[in-house]
Amino acid sequence: MSPWMNLLHTLPGLLAQLVLVLLAPPLLQGVISRVKARFAGRQGPPLLQPTRDIWRLLRKGMVRSTTTTWVFQAGPVVALATTLLASLLVPMGEASAPLSFAGDLILLAYLLGLGRFFTVLAAMDTGSAFEGMGAAREATWAALAEPALLLGFLAGVHVSGSLSLAGILARPPMLVTGGAPLVLVLVSFFIVLLAENSRIPFDDPTTHLELTMVHEVMVLDHSGPALGMILYGAAMKLLLFSALIVRMLLPFSGRFWLDQLAFAAGLLAVAITIGVVESTTARLQLSKVPRLLVSACLLSVFALVLVSR
Amino acid sequence: MGLLLGAIATAACSGAVALAFPRSGRAGDRWAAGLLVAAAAVGSAAAIAVLAGAGAELVLPGVVPGVDLRLHADALSAMFLLQTFVVGAAGAIYGLEYWPSSQRPESARQLQLSYGAVVASLALLFLAGDALLFLVGWEVAALGAWLALTADDREPAVRQAGRLYLYCTKAATLVLMALFSIWWIRTGSTALSPLHHAPTLVLVLAVVGFGFKAGVMPLHIWLPGAHGNAPSHVSALMSGVLIKAGVYGLVRVLGLCVDAPEAWGELVFALGASSAVLGVVFAIGQHDLKRLLAYHSVENIGIILMGLGMALAARASGSPTLVILGLAAALLHTWNHGLFKALLFLAGGAVVHGTGTRQLDALGGLARRMPATALAFLVGAVAICGLPPLNGFVSELLLYRGFLGAMSERGPVWMLGAVGGPALALTGALALLCFAKVYGVAFLGAPRSEAAAAAHPVGRAMRAPMAVLALLCIGIGVAPIGVAPVLDAALSAWSAPSGGADLAPLGTVFPLGTLSGVALALVLLLALGALLLAWRTRSAPQATGPTWGCGYVRPQPSMQYTASSFAASVLGLFAWATFPVQTRPAVGTGPFPPPTHLHGHVRDPALDLAVTPAAQGLALVLTWLHRVQPRTLQVSLFYLLLAIVFAFALR
Repeated sequence: MSPWMNLLHTLPGLLAQLVLVLLAPPLLQGVISRVKARFAGRQGPPLLQPTRDIWRLLRKGMVRSTTTTWVFQAGPVVALATTLLASLLVPMGEASAPLSFAGDLILLAYLLGLGRFFTVLAAMDTGSAFEGMGAAREATWAALAEPALLLGFLAGVHVSGSLSLAGILARPPMLVTGGAPLVLVLVSFFIVLLAENSRIPFDDPTTHLELTMVHEVMVLDHSGPALGMILYGAAMKLLLFSALIVRMLLPFSGRFWLDQLAFAAGLLAVAITIGVVESTTARLQLSKVPRLLVSACLLSVFALVLVSR
Repeated sequence: MGLLLGAIATAACSGAVALAFPRSGRAGDRWAAGLLVAAAAVGSAAAIAVLAGAGAELVLPGVVPGVDLRLHADALSAMFLLQTFVVGAAGAIYGLEYWPSSQRPESARQLQLSYGAVVASLALLFLAGDALLFLVGWEVAALGAWLALTADDREPAVRQAGRLYLYCTKAATLVLMALFSIWWIRTGSTALSPLHHAPTLVLVLAVVGFGFKAGVMPLHIWLPGAHGNAPSHVSALMSGVLIKAGVYGLVRVLGLCVDAPEAWGELVFALGASSAVLGVVFAIGQHDLKRLLAYHSVENIGIILMGLGMALAARASGSPTLVILGLAAALLHTWNHGLFKALLFLAGGAVVHGTGTRQLDALGGLARRMPATALAFLVGAVAICGLPPLNGFVSELLLYRGFLGAMSERGPVWMLGAVGGPALALTGALALLCFAKVYGVAFLGAPRSEAAAAAHPVGRAMRAPMAVLALLCIGIGVAPIGVAPVLDAALSAWSAPSGGADLAPLGTVFPLGTLSGVALALVLLLALGALLLAWRTRSAPQATGPTWGCGYVRPQPSMQYTASSFAASVLGLFAWATFPVQTRPAVGTGPFPPPTHLHGHVRDPALDLAVTPAAQGLALVLTWLHRVQPRTLQVSLFYLLLAIVFAFALR
């Protein structure tokens, strides 16, 4: 059966996933900032605040640097489009993903890569030293996060015998036969999530000093709708990685609404965990970041060794 | 076969015809390029016919006493032939504007002659059915490439690069002679026929001999200098096709060793994996646009060898699916690399043509001055990083699919997947970083030098070949199903010597059609996003201003992030392999310290730390031999006599 036929067969699932992917991302951000505010003893912004921010940005005017070319505008568009397409590859509320084929996990990684490539280029397009610096850091860390992600997937492939994300994540083997390897891969993926989404301890999304920023500094010159698209894309990427983690842990009941609810609860739990981690850890010294990413790779390697006994 | 031979003869003569015309006019250039393009068109048509099933064999007995010369066209040859003709023709047209005889009267004719010779001899090499013809094609191509790459031989760097290339290719030829003599000893003929129970020596000789040409780390020492200093369309031909002769040799010869053990495949695989990762790491350290592209050839050859290694190991262990995926990935990546690397070299050449410099840190902002070149380079960059929806992604995905298949199998091949997957992921992510650096520093931002600010766009003769190559990259990426029959034919040609069962069609192993759907969906989403942005920006006020300098109000182009800074943190992580050198001058004291420079570069350990010192040591020893060097004719004759007596004594 062609993977595109899947789309038709699972129309309700596809719609549910589209709604989730389009609406949930800013909410997750809202949950995280709420948790962080609580830890700091503050009330915190309303849960819908990130959604409102994006909405307002989309209606605002835009200032463009005179140095830039069309690549600067393409950055946000490519980042958002690739993330959206990639999130259709991940099984979320259902056992199957809207788009699934043997080897789709590679497509996932490379779609995110395409988005990153253009985000980095858009930063370089401004000719700003700060943005170039952020771009270099982002690209460097991604180079270390990518093998960790892939090693984790390989362990999943070896355990489940399936070559697609849906096969690896949506069937029980990863959970049942998991045990120690599962925990290792989970930790590794969580580190990758923090790195790929520029969270503490890698990057502080709320920092105010350009020299210490990574992701934020790359988008300094974007404004208005372009910035809105960037924030939206970043939130969607966080949802995507959270979904990977939730799916590794959550079994299926087979009942549509129960599964969707359980998945939403899982997302909430991941967002809260991120908030707790961000509130209780300090940022790593820049030069020590690669060590953490390499240890994520090593965790996945250990998982691989354990599952291949 | 007749058409192919005609095409080869025409290509070989294309440069000679130009000799009849004055160097000041354009007629000679046009004749040379026109003949080569005509030869390429005919040759491509014939190659496509071979791919469609019209294989041919031609035996020429008695041309060389005791040896039957054989020409053998099958689908595997045809794939490489097609690549030769397409890249060769693109480069020839490009050369019309890049290296015209009116501007380069001293070298244009030499370049045209040798360019045609390289194209013709490579085509002959891919057609060769016996070792002798293969070596003839190999040698002529090597010499022709040497003449072509040293076209600008007034530059000391060019002469040096040419010399190193010549040494390396000669060494490779010697090793290949030893390799083919094993065939002669075992089968009694020079025909390239299947070899059973091949000794391990065959693998060693093949890897060294062909690896030299292909640029496998650490035999790549000649490659950065040669590709960096050659005229750009020659770099494109060398990187796109010439080094593929090494790949072809490995694929062909190791395919003939029908019962090669699994360890052979694993060795080739390991070489490929290390070549891929280290190739891209060294590329990141380069400041010279063309040298950087050259190191990426090392990387991509590594990716190709990973595929070939997996196919060999899987053939030995009996998993046909992995043979199909590994070899299909290797062959398709050979094509893809030929296309996008040629594109990148041509676009890089356009940068050199437009600005007069190859130094990344002297460029910047070229996307404004040379929009067509910038777009072509961007297509090549996305393709070489293996990003969807271009052709590099298709071949890398096939390879990954093979790794995943190996992981899900319970046999010992799973190690290949466990090593190959992360290695390829690391390579891909580092390539992305490298091309973000190149594109960002050279084409985006503000010009860093007068030369970059005054860059002039290139003309049609240089833009057209780039456009064709870019369209081919896009075509294979968007509709990969089109190459499936080609790969199927080549796969069955490869597995024919082992007499095994026919391999299943690639389409049944991997749904290539899906990728077209993915590409379509991606383009659709991109269009939607672009529309959204355009719509929102239209309905709200717009303003332009200088880049936000974080409070600093007088930004200068020299304050932009440089290529070296961009690469610094990754190079720090790989310092164990790259041995980066930094000269850190003391900063002066006082209220007005004098200007100073920080300079860093990456050495090539294989060349600078191993081969060069070894060669210098050898030179010392050999100087001592000067003492016995004959100074008069009599002494020479005496030595000759001694040699003859010695030879007789040995009998």
